[in-house]
Amino acid sequence: MCANLTPQDRVTSTHRGHGHCIAKGADIRRMMAELFGRVDGYCKGKGGSMHIADFAVGMLGANGIVGGGLSIACGAALAAQIDGRGEVTVCFFGDGAAAEGEFHEALNIAGVWKLPIVFVCENNQYAANNAVAVQHPQVDIAAHAAVYAMPGVVVDGNDVLAVHASAGEAVARARRGEGPSLLECKTYRWHFHAMRNAIPPDTRPAEEIASWKARDPIAKLEQYALSRGLLSGAEIGAIQERVRGDLNEAVAFAEQSPFPHPKDLLVDMFAR
Amino acid sequence: MREITFQRALEEAVAEEMRRDQKVITMATDFTGDPIKEFGPTRVRFTPISEAVLTGMGLGAAGCGLRPIVNWRMVTFSFVAMDQIVNQASKIRYMFGGQADFPVTYRCTTGGGIGLAAQHSQSPYSMWMHLAGLKIILPSTSADAKGLLKSAIRDNNPVVSFECSRLATVTGPVPDGDHLVPLGVADVKRPGTDVTIVGLAYYVGEALAVAEELAKEGISAEVVDPRTLVPLDVEALRASVRKTGRVVIVDEAPPTCSAASEIASLLVEDSETFRALRAPVRRVCAVAVPVPYSPPLEQAALPRREDIKTAVYEVLKEPVRSL
Repeated sequence: MCANLTPQDRVTSTHRGHGHCIAKGADIRRMMAELFGRVDGYCKGKGGSMHIADFAVGMLGANGIVGGGLSIACGAALAAQIDGRGEVTVCFFGDGAAAEGEFHEALNIAGVWKLPIVFVCENNQYAANNAVAVQHPQVDIAAHAAVYAMPGVVVDGNDVLAVHASAGEAVARARRGEGPSLLECKTYRWHFHAMRNAIPPDTRPAEEIASWKARDPIAKLEQYALSRGLLSGAEIGAIQERVRGDLNEAVAFAEQSPFPHPKDLLVDMFAR
Repeated sequence: MREITFQRALEEAVAEEMRRDQKVITMATDFTGDPIKEFGPTRVRFTPISEAVLTGMGLGAAGCGLRPIVNWRMVTFSFVAMDQIVNQASKIRYMFGGQADFPVTYRCTTGGGIGLAAQHSQSPYSMWMHLAGLKIILPSTSADAKGLLKSAIRDNNPVVSFECSRLATVTGPVPDGDHLVPLGVADVKRPGTDVTIVGLAYYVGEALAVAEELAKEGISAEVVDPRTLVPLDVEALRASVRKTGRVVIVDEAPPTCSAASEIASLLVEDSETFRALRAPVRRVCAVAVPVPYSPPLEQAALPRREDIKTAVYEVLKEPVRSL
């Protein structure tokens, strides 16, 4: 998705926003420091995992409220439309957000004002612990696009290249001033929805989890690159090694960063 | 100085700021006046009835360089946008470590007394005061309405402008030129020595009318208008009460967890002000009911001049303590 964007383009994210941050060009050392609650974190330790933002690279924030970023994304798209420089906003959200009122308000106003925005639904099949089919009479979230007069596309969210191609079309359309698109990426959440002290038994069928794990998007992309001779096994190993090194460095950076001082509790409350 | 209505003063504030700064845009389901004629449909946007998305859009656009004015019309409609107000607008700057500013102004009418019943009559500013992160203006005169709203639009934070319905057609003098009233500065609307009446919005005028009547009885009432609830000019309020030793706080919101209760706490928490008090602090607020429709019921729910007067007599009855 973000490979189609410029640094001036903007994204809004969800409560699972780490990937979006990295893809938009955020510094993983400052991300890690934020997770550790340290002063060198993106939010100086005030936001934590669910509230990382880097406005300098157009990452307008993860959001702890399901559907909370949709409206903010529309505002960013409105600003871009008025500025007239062809910048695009990408709004990431999950299938759960499609049951929120703001999803419909956002698609409606984006449709009627032809905002330069791409709504990207990461449909991971479960909202909290409830399957998409028990929450939506129409399990294709992209079907909502028709009502709001925009293209709606379903894509295999575990196919990196398919997502890249569909995203490219939607971003180009927005950049041309032709308005919004809704891109639904079908994917899967491997792990149980967290935030509980005692995790209840996972009611999802074991075969279902296994079948999606067999379609791991990273492994699939590796297979593709190997089979086409685009990367060798050694090169893939080198990439993995580099990522591991970067993460270790990020952890070391976070660990050496001090905790915020309580005297700074009120800093950043209001702008001058 | 010209005499213009409260409503006209607010319209002038928006128009002047839109002329001054191209980044100011305004969004609402409809507008008073005809701003689209001067500023065009790019900057004056008629919107769907979508309070939640508009509230968030104002915030998002503000974070991307614009200075949006989102008009909810009536404050009761803003309740549809609670997540965007409470979880997003009031928290976003702090939560992100101050890395961006969000200069957005949310406008709304407030208050009762206009025969529109509960879902169109409410004064919920204390709900917003309770959130850390929103500034709040609550003007009582045409001049303050214009000056405060202009300052709100120029402020680099989310500001909520509560615009009292009953004042819309009331006229008052407004200074010529670029008239600004700073946020966080209270105003003594009438000096006095015997008792302080803190009035909010419509009840500033009512307090002034009561003060006029009391003057004929030889009672000198000082009327103070906070004008801004966040930040609140607590020092000005305390200074007045230290001088008079008696205070009546008048507002049309119900008393529970209200602006009036916050002001009362801030007064008595200060030891110098506490020691200067010669009588218990009195609040004159609305009855804690949804504002009813039928005129006799609505009048019974909202504070009346007699209620203010009675409260003043009561605080004056308290004997002076000998220390």
